Formats: sequence, C-alpha cells, structure tokens
Amino acid sequence: MGTYRLEALGALGDPTRRQIFELLAAEPLSVGELAQRLPVSRPAVSQHLRALKEAGLVIDRAAGTRRIYQVNPSGVAGLRAYLDQLWGTALASFQAAVEATEAAVEATNPADQATDTEETP
Amino acid sequence: MNTEQTLAAVHRTVTVRATPEKAFTVFTASFASWWPTGYHVNPNGYETAFIEPRVGGRWYERGPDGSECDWGRVLEWDPPRRLKLTWQLDSEYAFDPDPDHASEVDVTFTEEEPGLTRVDLVHCRFEGLAGGQSVADTVGGESGWTAILPHYVEAAAA
Repeated sequence: MGTYRLEALGALGDPTRRQIFELLAAEPLSVGELAQRLPVSRPAVSQHLRALKEAGLVIDRAAGTRRIYQVNPSGVAGLRAYLDQLWGTALASFQAAVEATEAAVEATNPADQATDTEETP
Repeated sequence: MNTEQTLAAVHRTVTVRATPEKAFTVFTASFASWWPTGYHVNPNGYETAFIEPRVGGRWYERGPDGSECDWGRVLEWDPPRRLKLTWQLDSEYAFDPDPDHASEVDVTFTEEEPGLTRVDLVHCRFEGLAGGQSVADTVGGESGWTAILPHYVEAAAA
C-alpha cells in the first residue's frame, strides 16, 4: 500500500524524469516532442515515461498513431503541478488587472493618486 | 532535496505597480475581474466569483443560472497585509467539506517602495486533497501519506 506512494515520489528523484514531468505539467506532449526539448534520446524518454506511468504520475492516450502523455491530476505531484500552473496564470492576470485599475484611477484623479481612498465615498 | 522541491508548497510572487491597499482590494473585492474564467468547476458554466470579506467568508463561483459552487473559506482577513484562504477542491474538482483535508492559500502584500507592492502567494497542504478518489482507493486509505512522507524525505536526503 504505502509502497505505491513511495514509488510515485521516488520516480521524481531522477533529474531527467523530473524535467519530463515538469514539461508535461505545462502541456501534454508526445515522446518525440519531449525528445526534441531534452538532451536525451527517444528510447531514454520512453523509458522515463514508463517509470512515471507505473508510478501513477502520468497518463497517456492515443492520438492517431501517436501517444500523448500528460500529468495525472489524481496524484499529489500532479495536483501540485496543476496548481502551480494555475497560480502562474492567475497572478499574471491579477497583475494586469491591478495595473489597469491603477492607471484608470490615476487618469480620472491625477492629483489624488498617493492618498488612501479607503474613506467613505 | 530535489524531490522535496517538487512536492514543496506552490510559491508564486508578483510585483504590482499599486499600493498594498489597492492590490488587496483588487485581489479580493474585484476577484472576478482578474480570475481566469477557464478555471471553474460549475458544470452549468461560470459567470463570476467572490471572496466574502471576513473570516469564515465563502470563496465561491456563480454560474449564469445562479447556481453556486464553493471553492473554500476565508481563514484570515487582515487588509491590506494578508489574506489566507482554504482551497477545498480536490483533484476531481469536487468540493471537499472536510476542513482537515483543506489546502491553504496564503497571500501577503508587502510594500517594496511607495506604489510598488510584492504579492507572495503560497499554496500548501494540498496533500490532503490529492487523489480524493483514485489514488486513495488504490492504496487503501489516506492515512498513509503523512506516515510515509518523513521516510521519503529521509531517503531523498540520504
């Protein structure tokens, strides 16, 4: 029982495997696409993917003649990878919104930009 | 060490050209103005989302038909310095009402210089939510995780 999870975590101990996992956290990819982005051969990528799959960290599906690999969101590492992506996107959007609001405030009320506007309207 | 990193809390930082007050207000009162609409769980669709401005307040989304889905709760409300929320959506995107399983989103607003605020977001304790169904079923219960992790950390460090 416990070994299952130990295996899942142990699979991320290898740096190349971790890199593959991180690439897959950003987007689903095929073996060929992974091999292009890493300094390792296709057979090596396949071997790492097999280990990641056995550990329950990634899942695959057929897309025509290719197999597409993606992070399995049901594991703790998959959930973490998902949340990491989510907050990256969300905070970039938050930054844009804050600065748009700030610019709007400055534009409508240029003399007042440094004051605290928490008072009653 | 490396593997610990993979399982460490999610930590994201962004610096915004705004006062902490403004940054806090946009984060909370104007939450829906910046939250990416693709990230929602309501099967009926997404219209808007809210963070209620008080400890114990709800963090939730509302669909076009008025139906609501909870995401979490407000744990700390300390404008304009700090906001702490629970995130209770598990890996199947279902709301897990058990507070013991809740993950935490801690957001701090620090003024770096006048008009410039650093926003640090730390999302942690998500282990309790992971694999709500599948993994937990496979390994026969959730209690294993807490017991196993220290062994793993030890092994990874060796």
